This record gives sequence, structure tokens and C-alpha cells, in this order.
Amino acid sequence: MSATPPRLEIDRLIDDRRTRIIVCCGSGGVGKTTTAAAIGLRAAERGRQVCVLTVDPARRLAQSMGLTSLDNTPRRVEGVEAGGNGSLHAMMLDMKRTFDEIVEAHADPARAAQILANPFYQSLSSSFAGTQEYMAMEKLGQLRRSDEWDLIVVDTPPSRSALDFLDAPERLGRFLDGRLIRLLASPVRAGRPFTKVINAGFTMMTGALTKLLGGQLLRDAQTFITAFDTLFGGFRERADATYRLLQAPGTAFLVVAAPEPDALREAAYFVERLGEERMPLAGLILNRVHRLPASRLSAPRSLAAAETLEAGTLEPDGHQVAVAALRLHAERMTLSEREQRVAGAFTSAHPAVPVAEVAALPVDVHDLKGLRRLAKDLAGLGR
Amino acid sequence: MTARDTDWDGVRLHVVTGKGGTGKTTVAAALALALAGSGRKVLLIEVEGRQGIARLFDSPPLPYAERKIAIGQGGNGNASRPGGDVYALAIDPEGALLDYLAMFYGMRSAGKALTRVGMVDFATAIAPGLSDVLVTGKATEAARRRVAGTGSRYVYDAVVMDAPPTGRIGRFLNVTTEVSDLAKVGPVRAHADTVANVIRSPQTAVHFVCTLEEMPVQETLDGIAELRKIKGIQVGGVIVNMARPALLAGDLHQAPDLPALAAALAAAGLGDTGQLAADLAAELAEHADRVELQDRERAELDAAGQPIYELPLITEGIDLAALHRLAAELRDQGAA
Repeated sequence: MSATPPRLEIDRLIDDRRTRIIVCCGSGGVGKTTTAAAIGLRAAERGRQVCVLTVDPARRLAQSMGLTSLDNTPRRVEGVEAGGNGSLHAMMLDMKRTFDEIVEAHADPARAAQILANPFYQSLSSSFAGTQEYMAMEKLGQLRRSDEWDLIVVDTPPSRSALDFLDAPERLGRFLDGRLIRLLASPVRAGRPFTKVINAGFTMMTGALTKLLGGQLLRDAQTFITAFDTLFGGFRERADATYRLLQAPGTAFLVVAAPEPDALREAAYFVERLGEERMPLAGLILNRVHRLPASRLSAPRSLAAAETLEAGTLEPDGHQVAVAALRLHAERMTLSEREQRVAGAFTSAHPAVPVAEVAALPVDVHDLKGLRRLAKDLAGLGR
Repeated sequence: MTARDTDWDGVRLHVVTGKGGTGKTTVAAALALALAGSGRKVLLIEVEGRQGIARLFDSPPLPYAERKIAIGQGGNGNASRPGGDVYALAIDPEGALLDYLAMFYGMRSAGKALTRVGMVDFATAIAPGLSDVLVTGKATEAARRRVAGTGSRYVYDAVVMDAPPTGRIGRFLNVTTEVSDLAKVGPVRAHADTVANVIRSPQTAVHFVCTLEEMPVQETLDGIAELRKIKGIQVGGVIVNMARPALLAGDLHQAPDLPALAAALAAAGLGDTGQLAADLAAELAEHADRVELQDRERAELDAAGQPIYELPLITEGIDLAALHRLAAELRDQGAA
């Protein structure tokens, strides 16, 4: 089998006062949100002043942290057994409101009102692929700058790919700064010879867009872009500043994955990408691992034993429980061995990445007690 | 060709959704294999650009073109009748946009120029529903496409779409509303209406893939409720994936007689039977907890009133053999 990876020491990470931001990323359905909440809780109970920024928590998990509405403001979580002067706040991101706030902060009231009412802006701020990621980063930047918390734990948006979190802000920036949008914003500067070519292309493009979307929509877009133009520089700068924040020494990325091929493939892409971007990776959290008390008994031996008992003529009924237990064990060993193989493949390719495992729970976590137990397991202290 | 009745006779477009991690792509592929009985031709569509279908069938990445990828389930228990063909197609918004421009306006080269300057990003930002309309439009086009010259025979007997996850499915399918908020008139609006007519017809069913755990079940119930609010959309079956068998009657799971268990293990030739019995009993107890949870979650799903199909957990991982096993389950249970 492959070499054992170094152990990811969660407590060392959260006890280190220099750690100011922890970003939990990974593909959808691997338990990112729960993990982020558990880390936040443990850090608070070990004396940190923590804010957990979540994007789309399951209802009951949100309730467990006292989050009943999406109000874009950190709320104090009750029931935390905080050590020292530790505390836990949590908030759910409202991406549209975050976007609105940026507009309001950067434009005079009349212009802000004009932008906020524009149908194009409304669509961009509520559903452009990437707005959620951008706004999560923006909010993270705001929380960090406010300096009210000494540790911020971010749960990244539920996207199909973990990389979206890194790529989307750039994509939104590129879009707002794109050639097409520049052209639309400054149509027909007549008289200059070199613009003729551009104008020909422009006419063709607006023609196609009008065909697709209708003229009104295009006019909305042009109005928006003109109004937004002055804001735009600030926008790009903010995105760049937040991106640099993610490269800073106080930031730690945790990649969360389930021991399944797809999730670990995503995790591997992400780990490689963080390296390219010089973003600090703290380690991999392997979530929902199946651990077995009787793991010393291999699947084939367990099955063989079950068959021996079934073939035996002695007490045919008496062995019913034993046969079932052995068959169940064999099946779970097969699953567990497969998980180890899949995780081993990741470790072989990335031997230096520290790993922490969390056992699969038979039931979902939806209270602080459950989060606390999960965090304890994550810290390597069992349950 | 109507060899046997299934629960979804008359459905030509099967939309498969599910929470991340529940095996949505696997189930969509198994459903396509199940639908491809002998003499039948099925198209399996992927829309999220993750090439999950290619990986599942161990094939090179799928292009934006319909390619044969597998042979379906053999004919009705008759080994001499091989299954029909399963084709696969990966739709991306950009390809769908070019396709749309070419098909309706003969604008393929203009479309390519537009793509280079960020047209797709732009168009989808202006009308976020637009890429959804184009993608679902391609799927509905395939479902309605007829063999040239015959005018009556469909090219595909069924189309299976591996759709976006449950959290996004309502918006994805509710194409007309999404687009009409922005495009009140115009060709896209007309196109959206055509697509919506197919999506909201008895020819389309939306199936939910789910595991028997709290969050996936809750999301499934929320998703079903959401779709029921959209007029004309037919909610299909709930396909429970990765279910664990009960193995033993309920009371036997709890607190087994440890000395008896140890004696049985010894009889089977195993050593250290005292400790082993205790450890196996712990595993049994945990399994019993899980089975109990499964039963509870299954009851919740039952309350939604949709047909439920159940696929077992395949511990060895998913390969082509496993897909066929799942496909056979779906056929036996009447889903296809």
C-alpha cells in the first residue's frame, strides 16, 4: 500500500493565533458546511473569536447555529462552551444584498438607485454564474477588514467544481471588463478610421444579440454598463485585494472530500491549483470514512467463515446472527478497502499533503453536540 | 415493440436530478441502459460539463456530438436478443448557443466570432435562463427528432438527461419564466416557449435520485414540492440509491448474545473470539441504527406519493457490470 500521509493537526492550526482565515473547499455533497461549522465551534471553544461564513447550509444545521434567516449579518451562536474569551458568530451569505451594498457604497444615491433598478443588474446580481463566489470573497474581505474576529472560517459555495471558487471572481471581473461589454458601453465613436472595423463587428454582434434577446434587453444592458462604468475600477481592485488576502500567510485552505473517486479527483485538481496560485494549503479532510471495529478480520476470511457456518450441520438456526454479522462485516470491509485504495491514490500523487479523517456518521449532524463530536474526531481524538 | 408495461410508458424525455453525492449520473446511465431494450435507441445527455458519463463508461471525453457509448439491456430475458444502442452527448452552453444560431439563423461563423469575444458569458449574464433554455432546448430537440423521410418514426425511443442537482432543478426546468422576466418578446422567448411545451408535457418526467439519509431526503421532498408548483411538469419516480439491505429481522440486530456469537465464530475456525464477537456486535448495532434510519427516511419519501425504486449499494465501485446490474434492477422494478 501507499505511504501514510502526514497527519493534519487541526488543533495546531486553530490554536495558532496567526491563522486568521480558514477556507473549506471541495465539490458538492462532501460535507463542507458541516465541517466548517465544526471547526468554527472547536476554535471558539478553544478561545478564538470566530465567525463562520456559510453560503447554503442545510436547514437543520443552520438552526443548530441559531441561523434562522439569510440576513447577511453575523449572529452570535448560543450554547457554545467557549474557553477563555472565545466566541462563535455565524452568518449566511445573501449574495444579492452584498452586491447591492457594494453598489451603494461606491455610487452616489441617485446613480445607485438607477443601477439597483436596472433589470440587467438584477439578473447579474442574482444569478450570474460566479456572482455567489465573488460575493463570498467580497464578504470574507469585509469581515477580515472589520477586525472584529480573530478567525474567520469560510464555507465555499456549493458548486460542481471546487475550482469555481477561485475562478468565478476572475470570470465576473473578466466579464465586466470584457471586450464585448466595452464595445457596448461606448457604441459608435464615429469618424475615427480604425474604429470602422470594430464597428462592423459591433453591428454584427448587436445584430445577433438583438436576434437572440430582443432590443429592450440590449438597451437595459447598455444603460447598466454606462451607469456601472465609474464603479467598475473599484470592483476590480476589490476582487484583486481579496484574492491577495487568500495568498497571505494568515490564510489556510482545507480541502474536504469524501473517499470517493469523483470527490478526490476534484480535491486533487484543487490541491494542484492552490500550489500554482501560491495559496496556502493546510491539508485534506477525508470525510465520511467507514471505520470498522473488527477491521483485523479481512473480507475474504469473514465470508469464508460465514460459508463454513452455513455449510455446517450443527445448530443450523443458532448461527443465524453470526452468519449475518460475518456477511455484513465482509461487505463493509470491501467498502472500507475501496475507500483506502481511493484515498491511497490521492496520497501517492500528493504525499506531502497532511490528511485528517472523519468517520462516517450513521445520522446527520444537526446540533452543537454533534458538531462538537465531529470536531473532536477531526482533531484525531476519537469520539 | 411494446413488449411490456413500465411505469413511464409514453415518457420520451427522462430528466434525472439528485443531490450531489447521491449518484445521479450513475443512475441516469443505468436508466439509459435499462430503457435500451432490444431494438430501442436511447440518448444519454450530460449538461454540466464534468464528463461524468465518459468516466462512467471508461470512454474518452465526449464531444458535442452524439456518439454510441454502450449496448443496453438484452431483450426481455431472451439472451438471443441483444440490447439496443445507447448514445451519449455532452451539451455545453457554448455549443448549444452555436447550434441554436446555426439551426435557426444559419449563423455558424458569426456565432464562432461571438464566442471569441465572450458572447456566451455575456448572453448568459444578460439572461441567466438563456443557457438553460439552450441546453434543455437541445435535449427536447433530440427527444422530438424524427427519422428524415419517414416523418413519423422518432430517432430516439427515449432521451435521458443527467440534469443539474436538486437545488437548481426547478429553475433549470422553469425556462419560460426565467427567460420571460428579461426577454418579453423575441426569438429566444419563442424558443423558450417551445421548449417549455415539451418539458411541461406528459412526454417528460423528472426523476429524483436520493440516498436514505436526512439531507438528501429533505432536498428531494423540497424539490418535488417545488416542481409540483410548476404547471404541467410531471414528477417521476424517486430512485433510492445505495440502499443497505436489512440482513436480519429487526430484533436480531439489537444486543446479540455475545457468548453464543463467540462460540459460533470459534466453530467457524476464527480466533480471539471474545473480542471479535464484541466488535462484530458493535458493527451489527451500527448497521441496525442505519437500517432504522433508512426505514424512517423511506417512510418520509413514501409520503410524497411518487413511485419509489430502490438500488443497492455496490461496495466494489461502479463499472459497466455494476451499471448493468442497476439497470436490471430498474427494469425489474418497472422503472424502465
